[in-house]
Amino acid sequence: MANGVYEMMRGLWQTFKSAWTKPITIQYPEEKRMVSKRFRGRHVLKRYNNGLEKCIGCSLCAAACPADAIFVESSEQTDDIRFSPGERYASTYEINYLRCIFCGLCEDACPTEAIILEDNYELSFENRESAIYTKDFLLEAVTEPNQPTPQKVQPGVYTRSVPVMQDPGE
Amino acid sequence: MANDVTLTIDGTQLTVPAGTLIVDAAREIGIDIPVFCYHPKMEPVGMCRMCLVEVGRPVIDRTSGQPVVDDAGNPSLQFGPKLETACTTPVSQGMVVIGMSDKVKGARNDVLEFLLTSHPLDCPICDKGGECPLQNLTMGFGKGTSRFDFDDKKHNDKHVPLGDLIYLDRERCIQCGRCVRFQKDIADDPVIGFYQRGRNMEIITNSEPGFDSIFSGNTSDICPVGALTTADFRFGARPWELKSATSICNHCPVGCNLTYNTRREAKSGGKIVIKRAMPRQNEAVNEIWLCDKGRFGYHFTESAERLLTPLIRQDGELVPSSWEDAIDLAAWKLRPHGLNFVALANGRLSNEDLYTLKELSDNLHGNACLYSSMAGGDLAAQVGFTSPDGLSKIGKGTTILVAAADLHEEAPIWWLQVKNAVKRGAKLIVLNARATRLDKFAAAIIRYRYGREADSILSLIKGAENAGESGRMIAEADDLLVIYGSDGLGLSGSKQVSSACAELLVKSGKLGRPGTGLLAVWQHANDQGAWDIGFRPVEDMGKVIAAADGIYIAGADPAGDNPVYAAALKAARFIIVQEQFLTATAELADIVFPVQTIIERDGTYTNGMRRVQRFMPVLEKPSGPRPDYLVTAQVRQRVVHSNLESVSASQGFMIMAAHLKDYQGLTYAKLMETIPQHPIMGRSDLYYGGTAYDNRQGLGVQLSNAAARHEQLRLVEADTMENELPDLEHMEELLAVPVRVLYDSGTITKSSRLLEKRIHTPFICLHPKTAEQKEMASGDRVMIQVNKTDYLVTVKLDDSVPTLHVLVPNSLGIPMEKPILVKVHR
Repeated sequence: MANGVYEMMRGLWQTFKSAWTKPITIQYPEEKRMVSKRFRGRHVLKRYNNGLEKCIGCSLCAAACPADAIFVESSEQTDDIRFSPGERYASTYEINYLRCIFCGLCEDACPTEAIILEDNYELSFENRESAIYTKDFLLEAVTEPNQPTPQKVQPGVYTRSVPVMQDPGE
Repeated sequence: MANDVTLTIDGTQLTVPAGTLIVDAAREIGIDIPVFCYHPKMEPVGMCRMCLVEVGRPVIDRTSGQPVVDDAGNPSLQFGPKLETACTTPVSQGMVVIGMSDKVKGARNDVLEFLLTSHPLDCPICDKGGECPLQNLTMGFGKGTSRFDFDDKKHNDKHVPLGDLIYLDRERCIQCGRCVRFQKDIADDPVIGFYQRGRNMEIITNSEPGFDSIFSGNTSDICPVGALTTADFRFGARPWELKSATSICNHCPVGCNLTYNTRREAKSGGKIVIKRAMPRQNEAVNEIWLCDKGRFGYHFTESAERLLTPLIRQDGELVPSSWEDAIDLAAWKLRPHGLNFVALANGRLSNEDLYTLKELSDNLHGNACLYSSMAGGDLAAQVGFTSPDGLSKIGKGTTILVAAADLHEEAPIWWLQVKNAVKRGAKLIVLNARATRLDKFAAAIIRYRYGREADSILSLIKGAENAGESGRMIAEADDLLVIYGSDGLGLSGSKQVSSACAELLVKSGKLGRPGTGLLAVWQHANDQGAWDIGFRPVEDMGKVIAAADGIYIAGADPAGDNPVYAAALKAARFIIVQEQFLTATAELADIVFPVQTIIERDGTYTNGMRRVQRFMPVLEKPSGPRPDYLVTAQVRQRVVHSNLESVSASQGFMIMAAHLKDYQGLTYAKLMETIPQHPIMGRSDLYYGGTAYDNRQGLGVQLSNAAARHEQLRLVEADTMENELPDLEHMEELLAVPVRVLYDSGTITKSSRLLEKRIHTPFICLHPKTAEQKEMASGDRVMIQVNKTDYLVTVKLDDSVPTLHVLVPNSLGIPMEKPILVKVHR
């Protein structure tokens, strides 16, 4: 009997104690918790500072993907209708989030650091089709004063798809 | 054999024929010596230095002439102070080759370091990435670092269209010269070359329009880097994402082996589409080459104007109908007894389709006609060329006679092989009324007047009075290959030419040897198969069509080709058409059955050499169209109450093989057998032969013939009667003769957006004197009157055309099936 009372008091004490500590729950979704620096959330296709897309449509992410979640299709571009530096750009870029396992191998494979798994973890879909995220959705928003892609650019400037190689010795 | 030498490569002893290069000898035992500039189909040049190996030769005692042996009794070896190039060094007796020592590895390392000094880091966007020899060899032998100053990297133009089909990336070029050598030595179109020297060296084109060659696509296959890419595949997909499907090119009777690469594409609405056509090695057919028409001419498959449902005529209009109704109606109309039935088939249909149609025609006691103006398929079936190596190994001892053919335009790959046979020592006699591109390689050129083709051939027979030098070449040769075409001929002319060629072969006394025989340059891919099955061309097709009660047209478009046939079709009582598109003929039909294209189904072709080859489905079947053989079989089932035998292509083929003597014992499985081919290509080592595919889907089967089996021949005596030639001198008209051009405006070429620019506008060719007489100059737009219809054409001048003659390319919109008199006026 005495033992039972003790146990009950102990429980109540716990409740009493918790009532005076700072709660660990937050008011999601109004309030969001910081994720760790190495967190791998939803992919973002990055842009250069001038608004051009970093993705050159090389498909290496799709080749590296162990879950076959990425589909890339590339096309040729000109200086009048330019999406990314070089001759090739991704005309279609899709990630199927029902397949993606967030391993980050695509990020490792990318030669231009165009695809980054960022901090967004809010993924929800109502059907299979909406689980496939397309390029306009994945692409980073353009910041002022840059123009969105495609851009009409000065001819002969953006000829190289992969940024000029740096001397590893330096 | 006396000419064999024994040597040791990396510890493995092997025996190869004398004169073999070390690099080729090593391949025989599975050792791959890396190369960039060497290509087994071309002369070695030793430019890239990638194949350096250590070579030791036995020391020979000068006094005795015997090899010196060391104390242990082994022959002592002398290694050179420097490494030697395996691609230019022939093997010798007792040679020891070391291909994997530290010294060799170091040398390869250094060569790669040099090659990469200015090579861009483009691999992610390069079309060659994933099947690139430089990439593979760098991974295999490269150092991973470079001692060169990064700022010294040269940056060159990355987007240089050499022509409308091939793009050059100057940065990527490693100056191996494979493309330049291919164009000069193999294709004989030296339209690209090196310009400048050292690090400034670049490939330029010196033709107008740029890269004007019908073999240009092959340079992108053999380019060991991504410097040459095709306009067709440019950034289309990565090589590892593609699926491969086996097919056969259906543009000409060569029957080149192809691999289509396909991918499901968002751009095309989620459909599977062909991304590129690649050659598949078959040394007996196309070796590893393809002409540009075959490589880029597959876009007809993307046409949106396909027929999808059967159409039947109701109250004068073609209306969609169900398959059941259309087949029932067709059968009902064909059922009456004593009906004059005509089956008209195009040689583009497969053997299975043709055989089923022939069965239907036989059941109805009909006339099975081939839509062609060439004769001699029955002769080719008796005295045809049956060499198991095709034209690829012909050389010394063979005399080749090319009669009335412009091979370069009619069958480009055969042109290339005949030309290369001459290089290997074969003797070539070209017999034509005008100059063709083969003349340059001929030991003898014989000119005749149009209409005198057969006499000209018969005059070569041994003992004939004017046989002369050419007669001697034929008599002295071990083998005689006779190739005939349709240059300037109609059906009756073709009959004379083919029987004259057969007679020449019989009289030569060389028949029975596989390298001796007849080869016809047909107008369509499967004309030979159609002949074997029993289809025959008819002399006056207009009359045959007009007289028919029921005509069954498969794959042919007579109404679109010739207004005379269109008028004849209007007179025909009942027309059934099997077509992919709503052609002019289909528009006149009473029933139209939509059929599948060859890339949506399987089947077989018999090429001009009578090699039966299989093609397989490449793309998804569209819902609606059925394969030709199935449609015909379903109609036949209702007409004669037969069993539905041809429900699959393989079954159809088996039935055919059981009934045709030469095809007996053939099955699809047999057609898919392969044997090792030399040179060995298409394995994982792309650096050796380029990106041509290894042939694992079958080399086809070469049919034997009566001459090879030493059976009694049933040939017709050649018609030596001199044709009556019109007296052109005193006539207002000119004699128009039909010729063929590669880039014609046939339905298949027309729909390729890449080749569009190359399709000729309708033109005629005149001798300058004739043109002067008619007051016309090169480039003038004039009218040519054929069968009372005027056609607008451009005048071209060629002084090899006989005077008062006019060459008219067929399939450019002007109906020309035989030489006729025409008026040319302004």
